[in-house]
Amino acid sequence: MTDTNTPALQLQGIVKTFPGVRALDGVDFDVRPGEVHALLGENGAGKSTLMKVLAGMYQPNEGRILIGGQPVQISNPIEAKAQGVVLIHQELSLVPEMSAAENIYLGELPRKGMGRVNWKELYARSNAILERLKCRFRAEVTVANLSIANQQMVEIARALTVDARVVVFDEPTASLTDAEKVVLFDIINDLKSQGVGIVYISHRMDEIFTLSDRITVLRDGQYRGTLTTAETDEDAVTRLMIGRSLDLSRNEAAPDFGKTMLEVRNLSCAPLFEDVSFTVREGEVVGFYGLVGAGRTEIAETLFGLRTPDSGQVFIDGQEVTIASAQDAIGLGISLVPENRKEQGLVLQMNCRDNMTLPQVHNLRAGPFLSNGAELAIFDKYRDKLEIKTPSWKQTAGVLSGGNQQKIVIGKWLSMQPRVLIVDEPTRGIDVGSKSEIHQLLRDLASQGYAVIVISSEMPEVLRVSDRIVAMYHGRVMREFEIDDVTEDSLVQAISGIKASEPA
Amino acid sequence: MRALSNNPILYWLMRNPIWGFVIVVFIFFSLSADHFFSGRNLTNIVVQTSTIGLIALGMTLVMINGNIDLSVGATLALAAAFAVDVQSWAMFATWGNWQILPAVCIALLVGILMGAINGFIVWKTGVDAFIVTLGAMLGIRGLVFVYTGESSFYAMNFAYSDFSSMTLGPFPVLAVIFVLAVLAVHWLLSRTVHGRNTYAVGGNREAAVNAGIRVGPHMMINFMLIGFLAALSGVLLSTQMGAATPNLGRDYELWVITAVVLGGTKLTGGKGDIIGTLGGVLAIGILRNGMNLMQVPAFFVYVILGSILIAVLFLDKRFNRNADGGLRL
Repeated sequence: MTDTNTPALQLQGIVKTFPGVRALDGVDFDVRPGEVHALLGENGAGKSTLMKVLAGMYQPNEGRILIGGQPVQISNPIEAKAQGVVLIHQELSLVPEMSAAENIYLGELPRKGMGRVNWKELYARSNAILERLKCRFRAEVTVANLSIANQQMVEIARALTVDARVVVFDEPTASLTDAEKVVLFDIINDLKSQGVGIVYISHRMDEIFTLSDRITVLRDGQYRGTLTTAETDEDAVTRLMIGRSLDLSRNEAAPDFGKTMLEVRNLSCAPLFEDVSFTVREGEVVGFYGLVGAGRTEIAETLFGLRTPDSGQVFIDGQEVTIASAQDAIGLGISLVPENRKEQGLVLQMNCRDNMTLPQVHNLRAGPFLSNGAELAIFDKYRDKLEIKTPSWKQTAGVLSGGNQQKIVIGKWLSMQPRVLIVDEPTRGIDVGSKSEIHQLLRDLASQGYAVIVISSEMPEVLRVSDRIVAMYHGRVMREFEIDDVTEDSLVQAISGIKASEPA
Repeated sequence: MRALSNNPILYWLMRNPIWGFVIVVFIFFSLSADHFFSGRNLTNIVVQTSTIGLIALGMTLVMINGNIDLSVGATLALAAAFAVDVQSWAMFATWGNWQILPAVCIALLVGILMGAINGFIVWKTGVDAFIVTLGAMLGIRGLVFVYTGESSFYAMNFAYSDFSSMTLGPFPVLAVIFVLAVLAVHWLLSRTVHGRNTYAVGGNREAAVNAGIRVGPHMMINFMLIGFLAALSGVLLSTQMGAATPNLGRDYELWVITAVVLGGTKLTGGKGDIIGTLGGVLAIGILRNGMNLMQVPAFFVYVILGSILIAVLFLDKRFNRNADGGLRL
């Protein structure tokens, strides 16, 4: 093991500017061998830029990088890897049509004469790594056929192809189930005990507090400080990160539910989900909680007319309805804020106003032309109502922060005057500050009389926003909880498929 | 569906629907066209196929790489013009039959150069290959007319025009060249690091960059390969005709792309193989040959091929793209 006093990696006074932006402004960061150092900050605080500098994808304007005490120049990812610095990307960086083995050794396939790939060695080495990761698939399998979680494992396997000194995990648990997280944490601890320095980037406080030894916080490209995990708490970290304390309490106004707005009876769409029944009342938020793949998104897609159910009935305001298309759904007052706002929710190159009026633009006409005024009126109304922060309606949606993008999508669907609002993973990839704003917004919408369905994989989120929670497992509703009766244990049992004993 | 996919042959055909089509038309013409099923006609099909087939091999590389090359027809014409013209240059007048050698070498180099220019522009400017090669298609075709002065060149050396009728044992030499090229490109694509990186760049460019793969050089090599293959195809075509006309190879880019897409290569890159492309070019070759033997007017070949192109891609979508779980989009 190396001397623990020399940091495995040191970044000193890193400055990186892009035209018009100072993305990193004199950031210091170091990782010691055998420690997990968490890097925290809101979206746009500069974490990813810092890691790209480290991986050689960006060259810093100022500052130095030291590896094992030696200053180094890193000009591309292969050099970084050769120096023992491995970056595991947040968004999957895999080639879907190639085998797991080829992806693990992408860019450095083992060769034999005449530029040929040495397949035998490739598969032998890759399978050895996958075994170390306790993966239950072979390296020969095509990545496109793997589940998202297993694809993440392939991504992680890349870190083990070299003798790494420093491994950077950029939000590695975003698509992992709880069981897979345990395996990942084992691997991290394993690497740690071998003297590897770990950089761990995540928005999830619980993970950071279980795993890390130290925490460094960035804000607006600036270094805010480094804390020792054992001597601090979530509140202190949050304050450092957003400059204020978070209000995590539920504002407990007495719930005032109106009539049943949406009722679903025995809805099935095998094999995605079967025999699903539930109701949502006016003024109520119903949370759908379960693991990735439990069928929650598919139910939302069915209610929005994107899938055809095999059987079952849907009632809106007491009337039985058939929803054969998204147009039908919109006509019936159902709105869906989809899971992936960048791919499904927004046209990123279009401006904020055009994005918001997209579903009804054909109605906003003055003669044969689009009515500028009517479009702007809608945008202004929801910008104020949702407190969307954008310099003007002309701003391209793609450059806004995640929280503001999500508000535009929500505003878009609110402007359709829905009776039922379905929100799928409302805060995925959104930083803590904006997260609590979105939660508050969902509560406010319910109190204004909307019937709201929130699909989420994060327990604190469902517990915070819901009046009732529907727990799903493998396409089936396991249990329904009133918010006052739910405990974390019973909720975890329900979504893991353990039949809970009837509450006494 | 599930029961079907347990049968390895049917499963393979579901993945490569074009080969199912090749088998069907092969049986159909064997039964209904008198002279179709004979050794002579079958080697004939391979020779006729080789012109488009050679370029299709290169197009498979370029398309898997996530690019496209529309300039192949023009490159073919330019190479053919050089191959025929250089033989008659005064400096080679005393070389006898050896004058063919510098002519063919220059023609092939011209092809490689055209490919290199395309590849270099795509690499350095980042302009979409469709636009770059669309420009090249017009520009190179223009060069052909400038060079030939709008008239055809005729090969004066008879050894040149006799080459196409030579045989190696029972096989015509053109067919042998095509088969060797198929094997070589298949080997390149499936066995070498360059081949695998070609898939990686086309399948997920960002991942390739993140993994430190030098994307530009790989693209440039593939453009040079398709330039070489287009030029080779042009040389062989001019030996068959004993001449090079300025309009040679017109619309070939469309036939080639049709064949490659029929063979299952994705326009967006990352997926495809030489086995599929071979099926695609054979489908076109058999159809043209068989319908010719049955004296169907050539225009119907277009109608039928157009319909089949859409049908095969539709089947492919039904069989192989169920990943969205029946989402209505």
